[in-house]
Amino acid sequence: MTTLDRPTTTAAEEPGAARGQDRRLRRELGVANLFSHGFLLLWAALTALPLLWMFISSFKSDGEILSDPWGLPGALRFENWSRAWTEAHIGRYFLNSGIVVAGSLTLTMLLGATAAYVFARYEFRGRQVVYYLFVGGMMFPVFLALVPLFFVVRNAGLFGSWTGLILVYAAYSLPFTVFFLTAFFRTLPTSIAEAALIDGCGHFRLFFRVMLPMARPGLISVAIFNFLSHWNQFILPQVLMQGDDSKWVLAQGLTALAVSQGYQGDFSGLFAGLTIATLPVLAVYVAFQRQIQTGLTAGQLK
Amino acid sequence: MKHGKYPLIITFLVPPLLLYGVFVLSPYLQAFQISTTNWLGYSAHADPVGMANFRTLLHDGQVWNAIKNNAIMLAVVPVLTIGLGLFFATMLNMGGRKGRAGVTGVRGTSVYRMVYFFPQVLSVVIIALLWKEVYHPNNGLLNGALRALGLPAPTWLGDPRTAFWCVLAVMVWSNVGFYVVLFGAAMSAVPRDIYEAVMLDGASRWTTLRRITVPLLWDTVQVAWIYLAIAALDGFILVQQMTNGGPNFSSDVIGLRMYETAFGSESKFGYASAIGVVMLFLTLSVAVLALRTARRDRIEYS
Repeated sequence: MTTLDRPTTTAAEEPGAARGQDRRLRRELGVANLFSHGFLLLWAALTALPLLWMFISSFKSDGEILSDPWGLPGALRFENWSRAWTEAHIGRYFLNSGIVVAGSLTLTMLLGATAAYVFARYEFRGRQVVYYLFVGGMMFPVFLALVPLFFVVRNAGLFGSWTGLILVYAAYSLPFTVFFLTAFFRTLPTSIAEAALIDGCGHFRLFFRVMLPMARPGLISVAIFNFLSHWNQFILPQVLMQGDDSKWVLAQGLTALAVSQGYQGDFSGLFAGLTIATLPVLAVYVAFQRQIQTGLTAGQLK
Repeated sequence: MKHGKYPLIITFLVPPLLLYGVFVLSPYLQAFQISTTNWLGYSAHADPVGMANFRTLLHDGQVWNAIKNNAIMLAVVPVLTIGLGLFFATMLNMGGRKGRAGVTGVRGTSVYRMVYFFPQVLSVVIIALLWKEVYHPNNGLLNGALRALGLPAPTWLGDPRTAFWCVLAVMVWSNVGFYVVLFGAAMSAVPRDIYEAVMLDGASRWTTLRRITVPLLWDTVQVAWIYLAIAALDGFILVQQMTNGGPNFSSDVIGLRMYETAFGSESKFGYASAIGVVMLFLTLSVAVLALRTARRDRIEYS
């Protein structure tokens, strides 16, 4: 304690003592470093191993998977992938998911941004009430809505259709999107908007030409957040997209694949299907990991 | 500047409100009404029965069993996930060798963070299907390793004593990375000199974590707590895909119970909605409770 409490100038006057102390500190930290790296590596292995195993197993034959789960494949059997892609229709489900997510993401962002903009920048009667009504939707578990939602969608003639899914995904993403973007639009400077209005810019042009470009960082964060949640959606398609399997999304296709491959004992096909579904997400994640990490954590923190 | 404001408010607010009202608000409101009927699915016939569904719920052993499992998840998942998240975030942000006060991150922090976070962007369906294979009694990764070490190979998901814990472990596994990043972001906002000062005073890493990091991060921990508590009340996808509640209802959760009651063979929509209402109140009370306890602790620290 006493040595450490000494002002740094004294330490500099006694280089020997300082060096000894330095070495001791470094040794302690070295131990700590080894300790940290040990645990960190252990968890990294725990996280990566199942995923790596899935990838490697997608190249194995069923015999290899059964006899030696830890072994490497004897050859790279890409036929597993093509079997999953065509025979198990993973390709088609992939495309379906893409269509639905493209539609729902566009709709969510458009409606979310416009509503948030109004809440953030305009005064009108009942604004608070409507805003809380909107944002309150974040609080409720989706399970509560499932039964009536099933009938709302069916009565609208949208059951088993992509349009139905697109509308429902967008509707359920609106509360968070509006919440996030309202806060974001509030942070943008008012002076620019006022200047534009004085220059004779209309309210609509102001939004599309000035405010929307300025809100780009916020829009990107919330779009990434919504993209992942729409792409990974499971319970809504499961309830609203029963029947016609040619319209299924990826999550449903994978579930069906797991069930059928379980019966047939085609494990390699299942691993190939899972790998195909994982790779694009992995690629997007590695490319945008900074934005995704900050976007998702900021999203949860609100 | 007020001029022309209302056309914009109306065009910008009406479409999102309409979508939200039809697909979110109205189902939630209808759910309460349906929960007081004896509606059996697709029949037009639904008589009001008042609170009868809720009275039945009180004596429904299966629902209580599911609630018990959710309660265990609620007690275990947040503690483990936050604990591991804080531990690894501390290692990553302060386990480094450089600097005499030892408050720098370890080498390769960004790589660790990338690997840890990955399960968070993966679809829960993929995680569930992958882990189902990892736990596979014959060709799974886990039993492959156990057999190689000459240890007995349990059936994991096939055994009522272990199935639930296996699912719970996957829940923790998939969430830890997110909280490592979340806590890491919060830690980097804490001024360095605080750490340098306490470490120079000879505080151990454990004391530093307990006395400095956790109190300073308390707001973030509180948010994490609420999110994990809400997640622990769900667990639907993991359970449905990995065990479907079995064997012998040992891994059942309330979301699955609700889903099976509504969309299973019996299609008891009235009763399922009552379970949904119970879920809503459980979620809300857990959120309020988590906020309350967290607040009390914060006062103790500051």
